[in-house]
Amino acid sequence: MPDGTTGTGIGAAVKRVEDFRFLTGKGNYTDDINRPGQSYAYILRSPHAHAKITSIDSSAAKAAAGVLAVFTGEDMQVGSLPCGWQIHSKDGSPMLEPEHPPLAKGKVRYVGDQVAVVIADTYSQAKDAAESIVVNYEVLPAAVSMSDALTDKSLVHDDIGSNLCFDWEIGDEAAVDEAMSKAAHITKIDLVNNRLVPNAMEPRAAVGEFDAATGEYTLYTTSQNPHVIRLLMGAFVLSIPEHKLRVVAPDVGGGFGSKIYHYAEEAIVTWAAPKIGRPIKWVADRSEAFISDAHGRDQINHAELALDANGKFLALKVQTQANMGAYLSTFAPCVPTYLSATLLAGTYTTPAIHANVKAIFTNTVPVDAYRGAGRPESTYLIERIVDQAARETGIDKVEIRRRNFIPADAFPYQTPVALQYDSGDYEATLSSATKIADVAGFAARKAEAASRGKLRGMGYSTYLEACGIAPSAVVGSLGARAGLYESAEVRVHPTGSVTVFTGTHSHGQGHETTFAQLVSDRLGLPMENIEISHGDTNKVQFGMGTYGSRSLAVGGEALIRAVDKIIDKAKKIAAHVLEASADDIEFKDGNFTVAGTDRSMAFGEVALTAYVPHNFPHDELEPGLDEKAFYDPANFTYPGGCHICEVEIDPETGVTEVIKFTAVDDVGRVINPMIVEGQVHGGVAQGIGQALLEYAAYDDSGQLVTGSFMDYTMPRADNFPKFDVTTEGTLCTHNTLGVKGVGEVGAIGSPPAVINAVIDALWDRGVRDMSMPATPEKVWSALQAAE
Amino acid sequence: MATVSMTVNGKSVSGEVEPRTLLVQFIREQLHLTGTHVGCDTSQCGACVVHVNGDSVKSCTMLAVQADGSDVTTIEGLANGDTLHPMQEAFRDNHGLQCGFCTPGMVMSAVDLLKKNPKPSEGEIREWLEGNICRCTGYHNIVKAVQQAAQA
Ligand code: FES
Ligand code: FES
Repeated sequence: MPDGTTGTGIGAAVKRVEDFRFLTGKGNYTDDINRPGQSYAYILRSPHAHAKITSIDSSAAKAAAGVLAVFTGEDMQVGSLPCGWQIHSKDGSPMLEPEHPPLAKGKVRYVGDQVAVVIADTYSQAKDAAESIVVNYEVLPAAVSMSDALTDKSLVHDDIGSNLCFDWEIGDEAAVDEAMSKAAHITKIDLVNNRLVPNAMEPRAAVGEFDAATGEYTLYTTSQNPHVIRLLMGAFVLSIPEHKLRVVAPDVGGGFGSKIYHYAEEAIVTWAAPKIGRPIKWVADRSEAFISDAHGRDQINHAELALDANGKFLALKVQTQANMGAYLSTFAPCVPTYLSATLLAGTYTTPAIHANVKAIFTNTVPVDAYRGAGRPESTYLIERIVDQAARETGIDKVEIRRRNFIPADAFPYQTPVALQYDSGDYEATLSSATKIADVAGFAARKAEAASRGKLRGMGYSTYLEACGIAPSAVVGSLGARAGLYESAEVRVHPTGSVTVFTGTHSHGQGHETTFAQLVSDRLGLPMENIEISHGDTNKVQFGMGTYGSRSLAVGGEALIRAVDKIIDKAKKIAAHVLEASADDIEFKDGNFTVAGTDRSMAFGEVALTAYVPHNFPHDELEPGLDEKAFYDPANFTYPGGCHICEVEIDPETGVTEVIKFTAVDDVGRVINPMIVEGQVHGGVAQGIGQALLEYAAYDDSGQLVTGSFMDYTMPRADNFPKFDVTTEGTLCTHNTLGVKGVGEVGAIGSPPAVINAVIDALWDRGVRDMSMPATPEKVWSALQAAE
Repeated sequence: MATVSMTVNGKSVSGEVEPRTLLVQFIREQLHLTGTHVGCDTSQCGACVVHVNGDSVKSCTMLAVQADGSDVTTIEGLANGDTLHPMQEAFRDNHGLQCGFCTPGMVMSAVDLLKKNPKPSEGEIREWLEGNICRCTGYHNIVKAVQQAAQA
């Protein structure tokens, strides 16, 4: 709902400020940074999923040409890589939290686990020397699948005594059982949410540096949240106080969650830099990224939905197994719990919900948040079981959704699983999507496809998500070890230009444009007078970074509050100069005017006055014009909407083609529609990727068999049509801007729409189920089996 | 070590390289032209695409010594000062980039497409760009950008 479509204000599709540097090759990514005297690190990684390290002989490597040092876990006696969330099991006991050393000590627990670091003058020297390190392993049986791990036959961590990290529940089980006993119908479903590799196009990288003169460490890293890395690494791993540790996340080539976490390599290069007295660069190659970036999803769900005779949902019961991998990554425990199970009401009035989540350690790469983080898993579950319930009860799949929607006049709406939705209109987004997708013409298209021997299907997802993470009052009570507020500083310079320091980080989202639009709109200044600074802990006061679609809903709100403080102070300055009361000063279009008079000052004049003050009443008015705000949201935000996917399947080959994808998303107020639509496109592509193409597969011994772009099917340009993306709907009620967030909706809403469409296409041929990814082989086999 | 000489973005350059040095390493590490990116180690992603003697090439699949004597254009050589090449302009107009990491390779590849096929269909654009992976955009706006550039 743009307020205006011209100029640079809210609602205008302003072209991005950051594009010129990216388009001309002038971006500054971590691997582009080269420090004087820089050396290079190569990390030797475990080839085994589970093994005891009985000895390491690195003498040959240490003697190799150009090698400066070799370190192992025995050398690197530092703190454990911390986890940011603590979950309590249903019996009240805290989750099991194993030690996570940056370099393995005594045991390796997944293929890719860090064993040693070689530092040399060049990267090739470090890599070549690593080959001469002799590591003796005693290979142990690996717990690769969650079902194997649950037997505890082979313990990933001996010292904690179990592979069950926690056994958590939410909701009222008795109420659910009661409702189930009275149901006219119960639909059951078993689902696998396929494991994914995030694969941001820029591989992770880190440069560590130590200045002996000042005692200051600097880490340049591919991070979505440099302050969080400074806090976690400084306080918990390396014991470096914040004032001696600078973390810089420069241009970052995509994150999708995988660059939130504090990774071992960041600690290794920072810790080793003073030891060798030179800066150290580490850059992952893609194969290394596959086995060292946190993976995403990987849940197994069983769900039961109880319905009355009219198709109204009475209760939902869910059992989830969530793979944590070998160690707890920074956000991992909150993904299947507070970011997933709390969403199980979806857009529906289901009055009773209970979920049990078992989090399980396995000998695989740690699993953590990936675009959507928990919400795609619950959305997939809800939207699949709703479709199945429609099939089983004979109620139309759109009708069954309508009968169960939370009505537009029922907000704020308290769900039975902790969250209170503030706004939404699911009927509206569904009706719009139905029109745009031309549902009315589908039968004819299906018939036409059938005449060519092809199978058409249409699938829906009327989803909802919770983002803008996170209100500290809510998440603190849920186990977060920190509230996820955000901060902004607005520094007005003497001649009236403005630098904004934001604690969020942009790695593709275009904050340099959107945030400048906000300030431009509110202060009446041209965009080019506003600079957005982010990503450097020595410049930016503090920040929690960017993930969970939080930058605008939380960071933008902090920014608005800082701008309003600027306006307040500027009014006082103008009042002083214009000899009026501050209450009588009006601010409009960049001018401060005494109400009802023609006496006014331009923004730039006030700025200059602030820095060259005359006779300020010092007890009331300080010089300068520089304000900060920290904003802790009152609630999550709740984007939602409707995705409709139309597919065509070739029964001869099993190939599924997405013919049309329609997304109507309610993301609250839109600041820059061009950027918003781009976010949805990217999310939808990742969602279709999960549904049709991507899968991180391990073999029984714990080797990642899809460990390169040759084996892991990344979505490519010829996998998609153009998408039909629009936004409409309601405003968030608890932030000034009314914004909800858009970064993840595409990836959350789309997978069930795709799979529901695939099942719809195959239904008449007798196929009743399909798992992700719906590869040609799976589709073809399902068709053969159904014949 | 071998000596290689080539023209890069109109300038003659030369350097000492190991026989195994890739063209992309020579460009990034010795010429400090860091606009060309490395996104994989299996020649799949296209982040490293440059032009060698006018054709798009994945510079991670070519040795620096193989490019000896050739004429290389990288993303840094595409714009004319502050005036963007029409393909760069089209990417900006259509929001064909987000994080920007795939962008240099994507743009260089798309420029070569239009040289070889000035009026490609949407399907031809998608097929041509199949060797360039973008994780951010869903390709929608990249395709629109190439279509706009083809109109120009
Ligand atoms: S770096 Fe991926 S194709 Fe060259
Ligand atoms: S813009 Fe980020 S990978 Fe393409």
